[in-house]
Amino acid sequence: MIANALPQSLIDNPILAQWIAFIEPGRVRVGSGKVEIGQGILTALTQIAAEELDVAPEQVDLVSGQTDISPAEGFTSGSYSIAVGGASIRLVCAEVRALFLEHLARALHCAVGELSIENGRFLHAGKGTGHDYWSLAGEVRLDRRATGTAPTKKPSAYRIVGRSLARLDLPAKVKGEGFIHDIAPADVLHARVLRQPWRGAQLVALDEGAVRKAAKAPIDILREGAFVAFLGDTDIAVSRAADAARNLARWDGGTPAPADIGQPAWLKAQPSRDRTVHSGASAPAVGNRVVESSFSRPFLTYGSIGPACALAQYADGKLKVWSHCQGPAVLRDWLARSLGLDSKQVTVFHRQGAGAYGHNTADDAAFDAAFIATRRPGRIVRVQWSREDEFAAAPISTAMAITLRAVLDRDNRPADWSIEIWSPPHAQRPGMNGNANFAGLAALPDAPPLNDINDVPDERGGGATRNAVAIYDLPRQRLIHHMLPQVPLRTSSLRGLGAWANVYAIESFMDELAEISGEDPVRYRLSLLSDARARRVVETAARMSGWFAYPDQGDGRARGFGFARYKNIASFAAVVAEVEVAEAVRLKRIWCAADCGLCINPDGARNQIEGGIIQGASFVLREQVRFADGRVATTSWDDYPILRFSDIPEIDIELIDNPGEPALGLGEASVGPTGAAIGNAVARALGKRIRDLPLTRERIMAALLAEG
Amino acid sequence: MTKPIEFTVNGRAVRIAQDTDRPLLSVLREDLSLRGSHFGCGSGQCGACMVLIDGKPEQSCAREIATLAGCTVTTVEGLSANGVLHPLQQAFLEEQAGQCGYCLSGILVSAAALLARNPYPSRAEVAAALDPHLCRCGIHNRVIRAVQKAGRTMAEKRP
Repeated sequence: MIANALPQSLIDNPILAQWIAFIEPGRVRVGSGKVEIGQGILTALTQIAAEELDVAPEQVDLVSGQTDISPAEGFTSGSYSIAVGGASIRLVCAEVRALFLEHLARALHCAVGELSIENGRFLHAGKGTGHDYWSLAGEVRLDRRATGTAPTKKPSAYRIVGRSLARLDLPAKVKGEGFIHDIAPADVLHARVLRQPWRGAQLVALDEGAVRKAAKAPIDILREGAFVAFLGDTDIAVSRAADAARNLARWDGGTPAPADIGQPAWLKAQPSRDRTVHSGASAPAVGNRVVESSFSRPFLTYGSIGPACALAQYADGKLKVWSHCQGPAVLRDWLARSLGLDSKQVTVFHRQGAGAYGHNTADDAAFDAAFIATRRPGRIVRVQWSREDEFAAAPISTAMAITLRAVLDRDNRPADWSIEIWSPPHAQRPGMNGNANFAGLAALPDAPPLNDINDVPDERGGGATRNAVAIYDLPRQRLIHHMLPQVPLRTSSLRGLGAWANVYAIESFMDELAEISGEDPVRYRLSLLSDARARRVVETAARMSGWFAYPDQGDGRARGFGFARYKNIASFAAVVAEVEVAEAVRLKRIWCAADCGLCINPDGARNQIEGGIIQGASFVLREQVRFADGRVATTSWDDYPILRFSDIPEIDIELIDNPGEPALGLGEASVGPTGAAIGNAVARALGKRIRDLPLTRERIMAALLAEG
Repeated sequence: MTKPIEFTVNGRAVRIAQDTDRPLLSVLREDLSLRGSHFGCGSGQCGACMVLIDGKPEQSCAREIATLAGCTVTTVEGLSANGVLHPLQQAFLEEQAGQCGYCLSGILVSAAALLARNPYPSRAEVAAALDPHLCRCGIHNRVIRAVQKAGRTMAEKRP
């Protein structure tokens, strides 16, 4: 149940006092470096802390992402927050609880087992002792290293964990409150920034007079190299200036993006660093039949509804930054480094923004605000990004090409299996590969040169190779990874990184193999799946949807199946999608079974799974960033349709209760299986498989016409 | 000198004498400190800034102040009265209809307009009314359930 090795967050922040403090009577301050990005993590972490400390959730003040107080926990990403951040809080709280109980037992000359805790008050044989965490806080030292050896509660004893505690941040949000965008200090200096249209672009002309005129109010223009900021007393004036400047600016040099960037042929023609990873039997199998299929996905954007915002103030040699970033401590360090400051001079305060589904522009906005603040000392600077720049200048989720190949044995099972992937890296967050990766820094005259880039290593889940190794029982697997290091875009993380495209390809291919074999796709999968938890998830989704009883309806209506275990170590999810295909794909119903081990907050888990389903469906059905004239040509939601309310089907989710297993990362688990299930349903409805995403109306029509 | 524009916001009289070609959203957030209506796209495509103008949902980023003379504007701040949540807000909490929550204020005012004319909307009717709103977290089904629930609650309370 309890991992022997300490979780990474606890190795990095080993002192108990970095996590817990009893300062205000009746309240526990719990620090976390993990941050709320819409996923409900603060609520879940509060539950874990309250459970192990035996306090009420209402007594916990979670201080998240405030770099002078909270532990440094890297990025809130990769579905690690519960599995690593939560596990750390659990061990710390259990240890703190044990230290207090041991201390009191010594004082009362009783056994620890005779003591218990209720809402932070200590009881002896069920009666009050007059002591609590707060009265003893001065006597129990927490400036000591965590050992991770104190026993944590058994899941059967949980009273708070496993319950659907309501989201702590939602009461403010239904009133429209609680966002960084709404922080409005007196005398704030509003700023908007002109963005380079492509990497290395140099600003050769900008009619500042025309920009000032467009602002319709006095503004100040801060210009250093290709970094141009418009500063003023109101956001409307600087936003008008920035809108005008976007059209007026003339650019030259740098590396404009080619029009066919991201197309499979383009990807395969790029310089690459290649590696091959084998698993299973060494000798290639000789079989009856060779099957090969190639898939591709386009560039996507994370598409947060609220464009990025940040505030910063530089005064008396101290820089304060308010940001909705995913890695406050990393941001602090890289802001300091980029601005010639010491990390000790910088404090980052996490504040909530709109949902983050990957590496978005929050860090960029933070750099913008911090840089401007150093040029206008004393003022609180507020930077707001525009929707247009969110499409054009944000980190981008990269296109990929994927080829699967299987040699089938006499029973039509893969005796030999390979997956070949062409992709730039999926992570260029601040600090990765030693690059700051701030859009604004890259525009400055003294911008540091970019270091050579690599993808996320396999031991961290991989980037392009995430979920590239199929979870099925395959005697021999080969992974060929062509990492493309020279693509002139800031390719970075979107929910699941390479996983959802790999799952789309693998699960499409499984259906193709089942069809060759003349078998039901779910039965075919089960014949290659010995892991008991995996089987149970697959079987549950089949049962929920009545998969085996469902007759082929014809008339363009069909169901498809998709399954994966995220990163092959996190949550399991199996999805059945029912679609109706006429000119476009219409989702009729979706069923999902998931196993996330110990579930901290079942309703929160369902919310995350459903969100992943809808986003995964949107990815494969609609989404694609386009390029023209060297730059991103997608400038508005009209150009980048995502699923809307009328597109969403009813969704049934069944969580498989598995409290005896460790809590597994969940936020990204349903995305890949959903896309795959939709792809398989569309293939069955059309009688023809579309292997290049998204499954647009044009591609459906082309498939229908080709068939006729 | 532009002609001053007078209108009401959440029952309060407002007079804007300058820059009346500004979008309503800018005036709400910057002049009136009503920051519940959110900036999303600035071009009427995402619904994050939705308000009611004379009872009808409109994207406040795409409506100039100059066109609002005599109009009645309701924002999310105008839904709750004296600290008591609107039945819609209550239902959204009961259904836990939110993740990041950025789109909620706009969705809530659109839903209020829907329920004012149709207390028992079908699933498809709620979806159609909310189609101008983008949600990226995927809370659509929870929102639909919450709106239908609030409709029933409000209808039952009516004499």
